Amino acid sequence: MHPAYSVIVFTVSSGAGFGLIALLGLLPLFGIAPAGAFGWTGFGLGFGLCVAGLLSSTRHLGHPERAWRAFSQWRSSWLSREGVLAVATLLVGGLYALSALVLGSVQPVLGVLTALLALSTIHATAMIYAQLRTVQRWNTPLTVGCYQAFALSGGGLALAALLAVFGAPAGGIAILALVALFAAAGAKLLWWRHGDTANALSTPESATGLGHLGRVRMFEPPHTGSNYLLKEMGYRIGRKHRRKLRRLAVVLGLGVPVVLCLVALAGTGEALFLGLAFAIHLAGMVIERWLFFAEAEHSVMTYYARESAA
Amino acid sequence: MTTLPPPSDKKLGLVIDLDTCVGCHACVVSCKEWNTSNYGAPLADEDAWGESPLGAFLNRVHTYEAKPENGPSTVVHFPKSCLHCEDAPCVTVCPTGASLKRAEDGIVLVEEDLCIGCGLCAWACPYGAREMDPAEKVMKKCTLCVDRIYNENLPEQDRVPSCVRTCPAGARHFGDLGDPGSDVSRLVADRGGFDLMPEQGTRPVNKYLPPRPKQDQAAPTAERHLTPVAAVEAEDTTGADGFFGWLDRTLERL
Repeated sequence: MHPAYSVIVFTVSSGAGFGLIALLGLLPLFGIAPAGAFGWTGFGLGFGLCVAGLLSSTRHLGHPERAWRAFSQWRSSWLSREGVLAVATLLVGGLYALSALVLGSVQPVLGVLTALLALSTIHATAMIYAQLRTVQRWNTPLTVGCYQAFALSGGGLALAALLAVFGAPAGGIAILALVALFAAAGAKLLWWRHGDTANALSTPESATGLGHLGRVRMFEPPHTGSNYLLKEMGYRIGRKHRRKLRRLAVVLGLGVPVVLCLVALAGTGEALFLGLAFAIHLAGMVIERWLFFAEAEHSVMTYYARESAA
Repeated sequence: MTTLPPPSDKKLGLVIDLDTCVGCHACVVSCKEWNTSNYGAPLADEDAWGESPLGAFLNRVHTYEAKPENGPSTVVHFPKSCLHCEDAPCVTVCPTGASLKRAEDGIVLVEEDLCIGCGLCAWACPYGAREMDPAEKVMKKCTLCVDRIYNENLPEQDRVPSCVRTCPAGARHFGDLGDPGSDVSRLVADRGGFDLMPEQGTRPVNKYLPPRPKQDQAAPTAERHLTPVAAVEAEDTTGADGFFGWLDRTLERL
C-alpha cells in the first residue's frame, strides 16, 4: 500500500497525542494534578500533537473542504467514527483541561471520560486498517493492539518527560511507559509473524475463477501504462529493505527508549533521558508506520500477478 | 447513507462470458466514452500523449494464462468492472455517505458531490473496481450506466450498459440477477456462472461464465510437417503418363 506522508504523520502524531491526553485524564488517579505550568505544557503538547496530526490527515484528501461531511456516517464507517471520537475527545478533554488550568479544579470524572474517548479514538484509527479484509496484514486484532500500545508508549514517555522537567515524581509514569513499550514490542513482533506466515486469502486462481484450468498468471496487463490501482495498492519502492527497516524501527521505537527509561529510573538526568526517549521513539514510529503501509499487500494485486506463485 | 439497504428483489448486474470474450477492449473504450460525457465528472487522463499516460477507467480487460501441470495452457481475456456486491465493503467504509448501494435495484454508486476523495473505498474493494479521478479527485466507478438503462430518451435497444451494447462478441449480458427466470439468471444456471474471490465475502451480483473445455486436444505432431525433400526425391513415378509423365521421364534422363 502507498505510504502517504500525510497519513504517516497523522497516525504517529495523533497516536502519541491521544495517548498523552488519555494519560493526562488518568493522572488524578495517580494523585497528580495536571495543573499549573506542567498542566499547560502537557495539554498544550497533547492537543498540539492531536490537532497537527488531524490537520495533516486532511492533506491526504482530494476534497479537504468537504471533510466536515465525514462526521455523518458513524453508524457504519470507522473513518467517520474516528472523526467523531477525535472531536469529542478534544471537546471533553478541552473542558477537563479548562477546568484544571483556568478554574483550578481538577475533575477526575471528566478526566476518566477524556481518557476513555482518547483510547476509543485510537481504537477507531486502528480499525480503519484492521477492518479491511483486502489487506491481510492489517486484518487482525493485533493491529488494534499495536496502535493502542504505541499510543500509550509515546504518551507515557512524553508525560514522564514533562513530569521530570517540572520536578514532579516521574517514576510511576516512566514504569507505565516501559510496560507499554514491552507490550508494543510483543504486539508488533506477533503482528509481523502473523503477516509473514499467513496463507494468502485470495490468489490469482480465486480472483479469476480459472484455477480449474491450471496455475493462473497475468499474460497481458489491461493497459501498457500505470494506473491508480498500481500506484495506490501496488507500492514496491524500498520494501526490499524491510528486514533492515524492521530492526531499525524496533531499536529506535522500542529498544533505545527502554534503555533510556531505565537510565532515567536509575535517577540521573531524568528529564533529559526521558525527553530523548520520547523523541527517538517518535523517529522509530515513523519508520514503523512507513513499513506498516509499504509492506502491506492488497488483494487487487493478484489480478496483476505476472508469475503464478509456486 | 453508507449502511447497506436490506437486500433488494431486483439485483441488476452483468454476466460476462469468458468463453466468448475475444479481448478486443471495445467495452473499455465504449465505457470510457459514455462515462466521460455523462454521469458525474469526466474520466480524466493525465499525460495522455506523453511517455507515461495515466487515466481513470471503470472497466479494464486483463488477459490471463492458465497453465495445467501437463498439456497446453489456456489464454483467457478477462473484463473486470464493479461487481455491485450485495455485501459491498466499499459502501460501509465511506465516512461521508458518498458511496451508496441503491435499495431499489442494488446498483452501487458514488454521489460525487459528497466524496472527499479519501480513497478508503478503493482500499476496501478487493477487485480494484474503483479509481480516483486524477483531475477531479473524486472516486469513480461503474454506474451500470444508470443514465442509460432507465433513459426513455434512448431507443429501447440502447437501454443497456454501454459495454454490453458495444460488445461485438456478445460476451456481456445485462439483466436482473435477482429474478431466477431472467435470461441472465438462466445463463448463469446453465453455464455454471461463478463469483470472483468468494473468500472475500462480498457476494458479487455480477457473475462470470467459465471458458468451455477445449475440444480435441490430442494433436499428432509428426504428421503435421511438410514432406522432407529426400522423401520427395525418392518418390516412385513409374507408369505416369500424359504431358507431366513425359516431363518426368525427360527430367530423369538429363
